Amino acid sequence: MSALSQLTQKPWIWAWLGAVSMWLIITGISGIGAGGQVLSAAASFGTFFVIVATGQMFVITLGPGNVDLSIPACMTLSATLAMKFMNGDASLLVPGLLISLGVGLAIGTLNFLLILLLRIPPIIATLSASFVYQSTAIWSNRGLRVKPPEILGDFAVAKVLGLPVLTIVVLVLTLAMAFVLHRTPFGLSVSAIGQNLRAAKLAGIKVEKTRYLTYLMCSVLAALCGFVLAGFSGGAALNMGEQYLLMSIAVVVIGGTSVAGGYANLTGLWGASLFMFLLVSMLNTVGLSAGFRLIVTGAIIVGVVAISGRKTAY
Amino acid sequence: MSRFLTPAMMRTLLPGLSLAALLAAIFYLQPRTMSYFGLNLLLNLAVPIALATIAQMFILCVNDLDLSLGAFISLTACITATWLNDAPLIGVLALAACVAAYAALGALIHLRNLPSIVVTLGMSFVWTGIAVLVLPTPGGSAPGWIRTLMTLKPALVPFPIIASVVLALTVHFGLMRSAAGVVLRGAGGNPKSVERAGWSMLRVKCTMFALAGFFGVLSGMALVGLTTSADANIALRYTLLSIAGGILGGGEFVGGRVSPIGAVIGAITLALAGSFLSFLRLNPDFQIGAQGVILILVLALRLLINSKGTRA
Repeated sequence: MSALSQLTQKPWIWAWLGAVSMWLIITGISGIGAGGQVLSAAASFGTFFVIVATGQMFVITLGPGNVDLSIPACMTLSATLAMKFMNGDASLLVPGLLISLGVGLAIGTLNFLLILLLRIPPIIATLSASFVYQSTAIWSNRGLRVKPPEILGDFAVAKVLGLPVLTIVVLVLTLAMAFVLHRTPFGLSVSAIGQNLRAAKLAGIKVEKTRYLTYLMCSVLAALCGFVLAGFSGGAALNMGEQYLLMSIAVVVIGGTSVAGGYANLTGLWGASLFMFLLVSMLNTVGLSAGFRLIVTGAIIVGVVAISGRKTAY
Repeated sequence: MSRFLTPAMMRTLLPGLSLAALLAAIFYLQPRTMSYFGLNLLLNLAVPIALATIAQMFILCVNDLDLSLGAFISLTACITATWLNDAPLIGVLALAACVAAYAALGALIHLRNLPSIVVTLGMSFVWTGIAVLVLPTPGGSAPGWIRTLMTLKPALVPFPIIASVVLALTVHFGLMRSAAGVVLRGAGGNPKSVERAGWSMLRVKCTMFALAGFFGVLSGMALVGLTTSADANIALRYTLLSIAGGILGGGEFVGGRVSPIGAVIGAITLALAGSFLSFLRLNPDFQIGAQGVILILVLALRLLINSKGTRA
């Protein structure tokens, strides 16, 4: 009994319970075969949520006001520039990846410079800057869809033992991030800053350096996600990042990370990513119209936030 | 530095000066805009943007941020173009329910102490979902009286200018010059002291969110009056425009420091920025980006003024 009550105390448990119940509903409606398929799809699509949400989680953990709103624009710009450069040529894969990385590094640096130099809240800084990134993506590509090199597409959908390779890669990434978060000075600094900025400063933590690295990491992850997503979905599109703004934040919050900062939770990210994907699939299975699907998705996000909300200021 | 050019004064003047500079540049590039008809065309779409910016300003005033405003305005536009036109009573009730929903959101955010960006981001799905249900395919038509109002051609001064001035002054006197307005703004500056002084923070938040909802409804109605039809995504970009407009107009992000007149000027500046860029024959791809750059420039300029103030 005490083990059970201990389990319900874990911040990540609700996301996983939600994911499991969604899956049970889907399986109950359309049978175990469909259930298996949807699980495999969830493992693929959920992976993309996890990549961007990991970066967003570190940013949110920095404390009140820290949110990166430039994630969609960063994904789009990175994917657009990289796909345009490679132009379907597999031999250019590595330089393409480097371009995508470079976009992430540049955007992270720009975001942080704006926050630091203009002394404006990160929300406004990343929002204003995202206009510029999005505009650059539009200008460079005019909305055309450039096909990714075949090898990238193959990688994005490849499977080993029924598990998407991408999922395995991101699982490894999550483990690495767990180490970074709980065992390295950087990760501990991020949590410390989120818990009490003043105390962290007095303790001698290099706040600005930590913040810079956090925003840098968030943008790099978003850029890489855009790169792989373009391979997965057959090209870079201007609206490819659209749903990732809400998803990156929703997944972090539903996954049990404190919105007020200071407490990150990686286990919950996976649960919440699967939950969000399975929720949409469930609503599709039930046969709700697009309008109702949107309403239910939104209502559940607000509901979860309202129930799990802590008594702390934004 | 003279007595009149204090940093505070400069901060107040900055939005107006930016607008004047932009207008001068537009007149220079395209002298034909310097007429009744030209100004009418230039400023037409500024009216719904100004209303949206005022809505966002109420939220900014209590230290929150509304990322669902564009979706909400799209919804109210859809309701205006359908129910309000076909069955006015149901339409009015539905729009009133929208305002009530905003007040309830304010209560929820306050009672559970939730981060407004997450809540409003989630709500943006809900608004869009309802809008899709109300108006599945683009269409509908504007109620005649709104259409008449929005296309009024008063003598001498174009309607958008009159509407903007009336809007700015109404909100200015309501929020900046009235006793109730002081409490509402104080709630953004120091919620604890407002609470200790005996005012209910819950009521303040509800009022501010309801006001935001009200002006969001007005924005949707004005938009339909201009476009004569609606669709579920018609005003999505208003979320960003309204935030940018509020900031251009001198609003701060914390502390209840907002300026209704500035917000209206900021909204008009943003609306004009688009025309300015097309007069420059700048690639339309850069339009959104240019808005971002303008925003960053104004913030940088303000920082410069503020730092002068601290040094003095």
